[in-house]
Amino acid sequence: MKDEQELDADDVRHVAELARVDVTDDEAEEFVEGFNDVLGYFETLDDVPDDVEAEDDLENVMRADEPRPSLPQGEALKNAEESEDGYFKGPSVS
Amino acid sequence: MSKTEDSLNAFVTRCDLSSGDGALDDLTVGVKDNISTEGVETTCGSDVLEGYVPPYDATAVARLKDAGARIVGKTNMDEFGMGTTTETSAHGPTRNPVDTDYVPGGSSGGSAAAVASGEVDAALGTDTGGSVRCPAAFCGIVGLKPTYGLVSRYGLIAYANSLETIGSMARDVGTTARLLDAIAGADERDGTCNAEAEDYTVAVKDADGALEGKTVAVPEELVGEGVEEGVRERFDAALETLRDEGAEVREVSMPSLEKALAAYYVIAMGEASSNLARFDGVRYGPGGEGDGWNEAFADARARFGDEVKRRVMLGTYALSEGYYGDYYDKAQNARALVRRDFEEVLDGADVVASPTMPLTPFEIGEALDDPLQMYLADVNTTPVNLAGVPSVSVPCGRADDLPVGLQLTAGRFEETKLLSVAREFEKAR
Repeated sequence: MKDEQELDADDVRHVAELARVDVTDDEAEEFVEGFNDVLGYFETLDDVPDDVEAEDDLENVMRADEPRPSLPQGEALKNAEESEDGYFKGPSVS
Repeated sequence: MSKTEDSLNAFVTRCDLSSGDGALDDLTVGVKDNISTEGVETTCGSDVLEGYVPPYDATAVARLKDAGARIVGKTNMDEFGMGTTTETSAHGPTRNPVDTDYVPGGSSGGSAAAVASGEVDAALGTDTGGSVRCPAAFCGIVGLKPTYGLVSRYGLIAYANSLETIGSMARDVGTTARLLDAIAGADERDGTCNAEAEDYTVAVKDADGALEGKTVAVPEELVGEGVEEGVRERFDAALETLRDEGAEVREVSMPSLEKALAAYYVIAMGEASSNLARFDGVRYGPGGEGDGWNEAFADARARFGDEVKRRVMLGTYALSEGYYGDYYDKAQNARALVRRDFEEVLDGADVVASPTMPLTPFEIGEALDDPLQMYLADVNTTPVNLAGVPSVSVPCGRADDLPVGLQLTAGRFEETKLLSVAREFEKAR
């Protein structure tokens, strides 16, 4: 069912880009073998049936939407490298 | 707060937080470095969170303080909890106090090593796929992964929300129960944590005869070829002890367990890829350089270690269009089957028993180069997290001079029974 072709370093670089993680070309090469080992192992799941009924015993937990004191702005910003006028300051959107 | 060298490298940061009298005021406690401590650096064992000082306490930490426990340090861990050896930490590996050539297990290896060496009386760990029970087994201590929803995750820096729990670790079952007493129970800051806590300390004190007439199920899937000979011998001896104390031991089959490890890793990696998206160097942690938003984020995130990169990337891949049905849907279906198998077996038995780990500790450096080999070591612990049930690792002797753990698992919110049984086993062996 899956693409039987194994992943190569280009595929690793593509996934790294999707995941917003810089990897060097050497790193990409080094990840290839482990990726293929793990994805190969995931094929264990191929014959799991698609129509398993999961009993859903979860309930939503709600509370009234009332304002209450929360973390002060200064505290929330304290770990940011840069902030401005009470906001986090991030890189520019190019 | 100072960083100090300890020979085991069990601690990332030392501190001394205490607030007076309470049920735990005779205990020193270590707290895993992925659990938020107000005013004390919390790094998750990662360079990505270097310098991060939480502005608030995790609920579990606040409750420990309220109970008078003295928190003396943040313990080392695999980066973001991703590992079975505590070698993927950005702060270097922790060593096993039983034999320093070996790993302490992971990912809560710092907590286990600090407890086993006597450095602290007890510790908090976290268990996503075995991260409390594995290091407890490898270091020869007790480690409890509570039922999902019994202990608040507020302030636990998330890796895989649907699987992970905060757990307690100590040198005996009684102290493990005391720590659970302090941290368990509903918290309005965690919508999944609504359970009423029970008195676990009293249950353990009253454990006399707890094994009499109990039924212990042993899944054949967890005691197969993958279990090392020495571990099997200790496990068989443990079953003999359980029988001597009046329990009936029977072998059962849980076919879904053959799929559990793969399902666990698909789900954990998928959740990790989403959870760890928050680490972009803007709100906390060192920022990245680059010409734009994506470039700067990708640069900041290059600080992740190899194992975290691997899991974030594999999770991204498994959730991407065209592959989601093959991996994530299949894994969720397998998870439902695992849950059903546990429910059925625990309908007819009190606890499920297996070796915690199929092998004794790796040597330092032995498992790092082969990720799949490391994952396979989690085969007995991960099914428990898929099912959300409580599970404890109790020492059951040594093989080749290294500790072996007995894993006991009960039904949801059956911690009093589970800990009583564990206590009776501890006394009898």
